[in-house]
Amino acid sequence: MSTTTTATTPKLWSGGKSPFNVEYGKLMMWYFLMSDAFTFGAFLISYGTIRFSTNGWPDPNVVFKSFPFAPEGVNAPLVFVSIMTFILIISSVTMVLAVKAGQNMDKKGVTTNLIWTIIGGIAFLSCQAWEWNHLHHEGAWWGMNPFLNADGTASSTNFTNYFFTITGFHGFHVFSGVIINIVMLIMTLMDKFEQRGHYLMIEKAGLYWHFVDLVWVFVFTCFYLI
Amino acid sequence: MSHTAEHEVHHDGGTKEIVKVTIILSVLTIIELILGFWMIGMTSEGLRLAIKGSIVILMLAKAFYIVAYFMHLKHELKNLIMTIVVPLALFIWFITAFLTDGNSFRNLRNTYDPHFKEQSTIKVEKKEAPKHEEKHDQKHDTKHEGYLDEPRTTH
Repeated sequence: MSTTTTATTPKLWSGGKSPFNVEYGKLMMWYFLMSDAFTFGAFLISYGTIRFSTNGWPDPNVVFKSFPFAPEGVNAPLVFVSIMTFILIISSVTMVLAVKAGQNMDKKGVTTNLIWTIIGGIAFLSCQAWEWNHLHHEGAWWGMNPFLNADGTASSTNFTNYFFTITGFHGFHVFSGVIINIVMLIMTLMDKFEQRGHYLMIEKAGLYWHFVDLVWVFVFTCFYLI
Repeated sequence: MSHTAEHEVHHDGGTKEIVKVTIILSVLTIIELILGFWMIGMTSEGLRLAIKGSIVILMLAKAFYIVAYFMHLKHELKNLIMTIVVPLALFIWFITAFLTDGNSFRNLRNTYDPHFKEQSTIKVEKKEAPKHEEKHDQKHDTKHEGYLDEPRTTH
């Protein structure tokens, strides 16, 4: 990002310069993320509509109460998912640090922080894989819902359908983000960005990665907290 | 408009800002979790709703900090901020309209569909701790419940 451009004159739209003061790729990444926000928004609003039109709904604290390596029947609601949330927040922070190092042309800083970000992403995906596997063993999957509503009445399969679709779609985004970050790491190690003279590519990958974290904030709230 | 943009371009966040935002995000998450734990086993519907509302506000605050500082949108030109944020304002209408619609559909069905109302008052006996051997039966049962549930919800 060129923060050193000369002070913008009042006539931003008179031509001769970018009225947005960002490069093309970054602008398009922003617009892509905006459209992706609408996709996730549509999913979550659809979930909310169905939930509002149903009389009962399973209690997330009963459904998501297990923890890896803990004895069967352990009652630890919210614990595992809070760990997943913090993993994603921390990996977002290391991504910011990678972008910052890139702005200072610091190859070593970019490499270290990208590696931490990739580790965070893989850790998050592993947690999600464990959780999906655990729920599947309990009999939950698309079209199957072993859980009762919070008030003890029979629940429909809407709950599991939405849960697996939305967390799956988010998990797929995390997966793509990890792949993008690995590509960025390889390009950094091959000195591609040093040759170009800038690390702008890292900033675009960073935008995507933060978006993944942003979506998790919403998914986490909608499925696990309320 | 361009005057404010001028100011924003020059102060670009440093490491101090990153640390500050990290702490804010962590604290907000911890408050959310405390509220979530507090809600476990709570019976008062009104209080539950109030806590859920507070959690949603905290969620929006977190989203603001991520977009504004981690994604740097706050330090971009106002033109760019507007092209991103203004279309997202559609969500206000989106959420209001759809959730109201869902709620109204439930009320209509509770009023005019006695079967729907009745189904949501029949309690199912809790199958205590389904162990792994019972897994297949369990699946079968629930599949049925699911299918029974579907046809009546569709007409």
